[in-house]
Parts: sequence; structure tokens; C-alpha cells
Amino acid sequence: MTVVPKIKYLLHLADSPMILGQRLGEWCGHGPVLEQDIALTNISLDLIGQARLIYQYTASLVGGNTNEDSLAMLRLENEYLNLLIVEQPNKNFGATIVRQFYYDAFNFYQYQMLTNHIDDQLKAIAVKTLKEIKYHLRYSSEWMIRLGDGTETSHQIVQEAVNELWRYTGEMFQPASYELALADKEFSINLNPLKSEWNAKISDVFIQAGLQSPKDEIMQTGGKEGRHTEQMGYILTELQFMQRTYPDMEW
Amino acid sequence: MWYKTGNRQLTKSNKHNEIKTGPPFQEAGGKTRRQIADLIYEVSDPEIPGISIVDLGMVVDIQPENDHWRILLATTYSGCPAIDVIPYLVKARLVEGGVKYANVLMGISPPWSTDWISEEGKEKLFAYGIAPPNGSSSLHAEDGTPKKCPQCGSVQTTLISRFGSTPCKAAYKCETCLEPFEYFKCF
Repeated sequence: MTVVPKIKYLLHLADSPMILGQRLGEWCGHGPVLEQDIALTNISLDLIGQARLIYQYTASLVGGNTNEDSLAMLRLENEYLNLLIVEQPNKNFGATIVRQFYYDAFNFYQYQMLTNHIDDQLKAIAVKTLKEIKYHLRYSSEWMIRLGDGTETSHQIVQEAVNELWRYTGEMFQPASYELALADKEFSINLNPLKSEWNAKISDVFIQAGLQSPKDEIMQTGGKEGRHTEQMGYILTELQFMQRTYPDMEW
Repeated sequence: MWYKTGNRQLTKSNKHNEIKTGPPFQEAGGKTRRQIADLIYEVSDPEIPGISIVDLGMVVDIQPENDHWRILLATTYSGCPAIDVIPYLVKARLVEGGVKYANVLMGISPPWSTDWISEEGKEKLFAYGIAPPNGSSSLHAEDGTPKKCPQCGSVQTTLISRFGSTPCKAAYKCETCLEPFEYFKCF
């Protein structure tokens, strides 16, 4: 299939929550306490549900044999267009929260814009899921503050993750080729205003959490164009195992 | 076509007031809308047994389509695992009730909200042991807090976690009877 910019953009919107949902699912049964185990896996379910709505819509536009499952489970690594940050490993609870917070803040402002989208279906999906995303952001912001302003150890772990994951945040605001191609038709959203909103939210939480803003550094990019970090292969191995081993299997 | 359940007090006898999407005696495929509504009323969310999906505000529209009924259900949370099960349960109940074919769909727009849960639904949630949503939902509203503990009725309750056993619930504990319980968040 020739992948037109519109389809690529939709896949980009779906792939980030899909891969992050898969990552968070790894916490199932391993959370630091039962309540947080449940919280992380609930957020995982929300994200996979959101990805699913967009995959269903995308599949309806692509037509043929393409369906939500083939889009989610059967593409090659370079066909996934998610942000690099969502594929970074869970490491520890603190690092998971920082990754979540960076992404949730971006996703919240992104979806706020999508609620005014010219495409009715995308708009409906955004209106439906913004309530959930807002909830995720509240959860991850609260934990950033609790851990940053917590013990010496929790502060140190979170500060390290804040610095380490910073290099994956620049990509959020850098339009991919398909976003530029769609900008005229107002199908892709303008990422410029998002950056200042995101920065303001991040600084506000950093201050409350007593965390230092990371120094400027070279930002890693490529995820939105299908060039991933080493992590992606491992994620897909697990994500796609059942479909690759038993093609077309269903529960 | 999308309707709100509002705050009407419901009893078993006027439950059909909930299906306000057309005249009760309109017919398609040999069944009236009321008969279809009756059958759907008997379906529960598998996570919250004993409470009709109608009382949870999940049945949005019942309309004739060619020679059968088309039933539109609201998606509660995007990632709710019951998303695939509930339409299946609705279909199964209709087939058991003698309906040959029904087109059962899930919709997302306008988004479902806990404001659509009927008063009877809230009472049943409480009786089942889940504190019902307390307050109205909007994008900027907080979750709200439970009115009282569904075990002992105490108003002294503390939030344990914003997430409970399902995305729609938060975990609370009662400071009087010390039992944990779940609160259906305003959403």
C-alpha cells in the first residue's frame, strides 16, 4: 500500500499510545505497591484503547485487508511512527513516572488542539479521550512532585530520569515530513504553540517538585519517521510474538 | 438521538422512560421498540453485575434499520475491557429473546459521562457496595468524593488511589469501619 501523509499522521498518533501502553503493561504484577500496579496498568489500558480508536479509523481509510489488528501487530519496525520517548525502558517507578509525565503533558496539549480538528472522526476521538489524558497528566504530575519532593533517594532517581529522558522531548515539537505535507490542509496540528504550553507545565511541576530543569542538549529524533532506538526491536518482539507465531489468532 | 438520562427517579415499572429514542410500539423484525428495550434492560456490565447497562447510561439509541433494530451503545472508557463483551451480551440477550438479527454498535460521540447514570443506577451501585459518582462531570471537574461509605454509611473516607480495579473507579477506605471500598469517579 502507498502510505499517504494522512495515513502516516494517523499512524503516528496511534503508535505512540500503543507502544507506551505496551511498555506500561510490563508493570503488570511488578508495581511497587498494589495501587500503583493497578494505576499503571489502567493507564496502559486507556492508551491502548485510544490507539485502537485511531487504528480502527485508519483501517477504514486504508481499506482492503487492513484492520486494527494488522496495523497494531503486523507492521515492520520502520513502519511504526511513534515518538522515541515512549519506547524507552521502564527502568524503575521513578523513571516510568518521568517518561509518563513528559508524554502526558505533550499529549494533553496535543489533544486539546485535536478537539477542534477539521476531521470529524479525529475530533470525536479527541473529545472522547481528552478526559482520560487529563487524568493521566494529573496522576503523573502528582507523582513527579511526590517523588521529587520526597526522600533524598526518590529525588535523586527522578532527577536522573528527568535529565536522561530530556533528549527525547525535542522530537515532540519537530514536525515530521508528513506533518509538514498536511499543514496546508490543516490536517496536522501546529506544534509550535504546544511547545510553550508544554514548557510552562514542565517548569511549573519541576518547581513544585524541587527538580532542576535539564541543560540544553542535542535532541534525538527519528521515531516519527520510523527510525527507532534499539529498544523498539525488543518491544515488537514481545508485542508481535503471538500474531507472528500463530497468524490471525484470536482470543 | 443521543440522550441524557437526567435525574429522573426510576422505578421498575417506568424503566422504559429511559428508552426515549422513539415510540414504544414502533415495530421492526416482528418486535416493538419496547420489547427490544425490555430485553436490553436485562443486560449488565460484567464488571458490575446486577445493574442494567440502561441504568449506567450506556444505551444511547434504538432505531429500526431495514427489517431489524440498530442499537447504539456508548463507550465508557476507551480502554475498558468490557468494550467488546457488552455488545456481545446485548446481541446474545436479543437472540435468546427471539430476535433474529440486530445491529449492535459502539459509539464515542458525544462522549459518555457519569452524568448519564440514572438515579436508580446510583442507588443500585451503592447497594452493590460501590459509592456512586457524587457531583456532575465536566472536563475541568475533579473526580468528586464519595458521599458516604457503602458499607457503614460513614462520611469519614480517605482516598487510597485514583485508580481502582477498573478505570472508572477509585480506591477508598472508610475511617469508621476501616473497610476499603470503591468509588465510581465523576467522569
